Amino acid sequence: MSLRIGSGSAWWGDRLEPARLNAEEGDLDYLCFETMAEATISAAQVRKRRDPSFPGYDTYLDDRMQRVLPGCLRRGTKIISNQGWINPEGAAQRIVHWLREFGAPKGMKVAAVSGSLITDRVLDITDTLMEDGRPSSALAGSIVSAEAYMGAEPIVQALNEGADIVVTGRVADPSIFMAPMMKEFGWDALDHARVGHGSGIGHVLECGAQVTGGYFCDPGFKDVPDPWDLAFPIAEVESDGSAVITKVRGTGGAINLRTVKEQLFYEVHDPANYITPDVVVDFTTTDIEEIGHDRVRISNISGKPRTPTLKVSIACQEGFIGEDMFFYAGPGALRRAQLAKTILEERFRIVGLKAEDMRVDFVGLNAIHGGVSPAQQPEPYEIAVRVAARCKTREEANKVGREIDGMAVSGVGMTGKRVPHQDRAREVIGVWSSLVPREAVKPTITFYES
Amino acid sequence: MRIPLQHLAHVRSGDKGNTSNITVIAYEPDLYPILKEQLTADAFKAFYAGMVTGTVTRYEVDKLGVLNFVAEGALGGGVSRSLSLDNYGKALSAAVLAFELEVPDRLANLLRNWRSEAA
Repeated sequence: MSLRIGSGSAWWGDRLEPARLNAEEGDLDYLCFETMAEATISAAQVRKRRDPSFPGYDTYLDDRMQRVLPGCLRRGTKIISNQGWINPEGAAQRIVHWLREFGAPKGMKVAAVSGSLITDRVLDITDTLMEDGRPSSALAGSIVSAEAYMGAEPIVQALNEGADIVVTGRVADPSIFMAPMMKEFGWDALDHARVGHGSGIGHVLECGAQVTGGYFCDPGFKDVPDPWDLAFPIAEVESDGSAVITKVRGTGGAINLRTVKEQLFYEVHDPANYITPDVVVDFTTTDIEEIGHDRVRISNISGKPRTPTLKVSIACQEGFIGEDMFFYAGPGALRRAQLAKTILEERFRIVGLKAEDMRVDFVGLNAIHGGVSPAQQPEPYEIAVRVAARCKTREEANKVGREIDGMAVSGVGMTGKRVPHQDRAREVIGVWSSLVPREAVKPTITFYES
Repeated sequence: MRIPLQHLAHVRSGDKGNTSNITVIAYEPDLYPILKEQLTADAFKAFYAGMVTGTVTRYEVDKLGVLNFVAEGALGGGVSRSLSLDNYGKALSAAVLAFELEVPDRLANLLRNWRSEAA
C-alpha cells in the first residue's frame, strides 16, 4: 500500500480552498502545511514586540483548520504543519479548540514541536556567516531572531508517541513532507538512501501548486487547462521513497514531465548535493515518467549521509526602505518620466537624502530586467516611475514618499499619482546564515488533547 | 539558423539569499546538447551582465536534459534588502528565453511553437 501525502499550503499567503479539497477528496493519510518564508519568524518577532496580543503563529491558522479539520477527522488524516512560527504551543492549543468545535473524539493528540528558536545563544554557538565569512559576532546588537532548521526526527518522535496533529516552529520544508514516510515505513534516520529519496519527494511537494501547473504557464509554449482552479499535489509514496505525483480529479492545472522537472530544481543549487537537515539529496540520478493523465512517477532519487551541522537563519535590523511610484501615459510619456527622474534626483540632493542604495525604475521599460533589457525598444505608451531607497533610519526613508508627494503639483505635466494611502517606508530585516552543531539544537515536544 | 532559447527550453528561477538559480530545461532530449554546448556559464554570465554581479556556476543533469545556473549576487543584496520590484527574482529566468542559439535546420521540427519562415 502506498502512503498518500498531500499538500495543504506552500507559503503563508497560499490559497485555502485547495487544502480543503485535498482534505475532503484526496483520500490522504497525511496533509502537510508549509507556511514560512525566510523572514517569517523575524516578521513575527517584530510584530509581537509591537503588539503583545499577536499570538505568534500563522495568522491563517483558523482559516486553514476550519477548512481541513472536518475532512481530516472523517478520513483519519493526520496533519503536519509548521504553522507554529514563534509559538507552536499556542498553535497546538488553538487547534485543540477547533477539534472540539468540530466534535472530534476525546483524547486526540496535538503535538507542539519547538526548540528551533536560538536567538539568545546564537552568537555562542555559531562561528562565521556563510554569505561573507565574517564572524557571526559582527551581527551583535542588530539581531531580531535566530532559528535553526530542524529536521523530521522530532516530528516522527511526536507521531510515534501518538500525535494525530503535529505543529512546529522552523523545520526544513522537505522534512515536513518526508516525516510521515519515516514514521510509516519505519526508516532509520541514518538510512540515507530512503531518507534521501523521500526528501526529494518532499521537495517536490513543498511548493504546492508549483508542481501542478502554478508558476508555470507560458501561453503558446506551456499551456495549462483551467489555470484558475489549480489543485495542490498529492504523492503516492512507496516504501523505497519513490512516488507518483498526482492531484484530485477534475481540478485545473497539469502534472507532467515539465512541471515536475521545473519544481525538482527549484531553489536547488548543486543538484548532486541538496542539503537538508535529514540527508543530502542527489537529484542527478532521478527518473521521471508520465504514467497517466496528471500522474508522474519519480524514482531513483539518491541520498548521501547528512551533514554534522544544521543551518541557522539570523535575522537583523538593517534599516528602512522608502518606496513609491507615479505614472505617465500617451505620446511623450518616456520623456516626461525622464524629466521627472531628473527633478527627483535634484530634490533628493536638496533635501540631503542619505541613502545606502537607491534606484529609479521605469516600469514598462527596464524595471524588472535592468541592464539585460534590450537597448532599442518601441516607446512604451504607459510608464510608471518607481523610486526605492534603502536608508539607515525611517526618517530618511520617509523622504522618498514626501518628495514624490511634491511631484503632484510641483512636478512634470500630466503626472498621474496615487493618494498616499499607504505607509511608504518599511523596515528591512536582513537574513544571514550560519551553521551550528546538530547537538546544539534540542527539540521540545509538548502534547495537548482534545 | 539562429533561434531564441524559448523554442528549445523552458525555465524557472528560485531564490536563496542573494543567489538566484535559473533552471533551463530542454523540451526534447535532442535539443539538450545544443544548450549544453552553447549556453556555457560564461555565455550566461555575459548575457546577464548588469544584473548578476557575482560568480555563475553551471550544473548539468544530463539524464533529465537540465542545466542549472547558480548566479551569485543576482538579487540586489538579497530578497529582503533588494530595491528591485521583483525582489525574489521570480521573473529573472525569463530574460534568458531571448538568448539566441545556432540550431541545425534538421532539428527545426523539434522546436516548440516555432514556424520557420520557409515553411
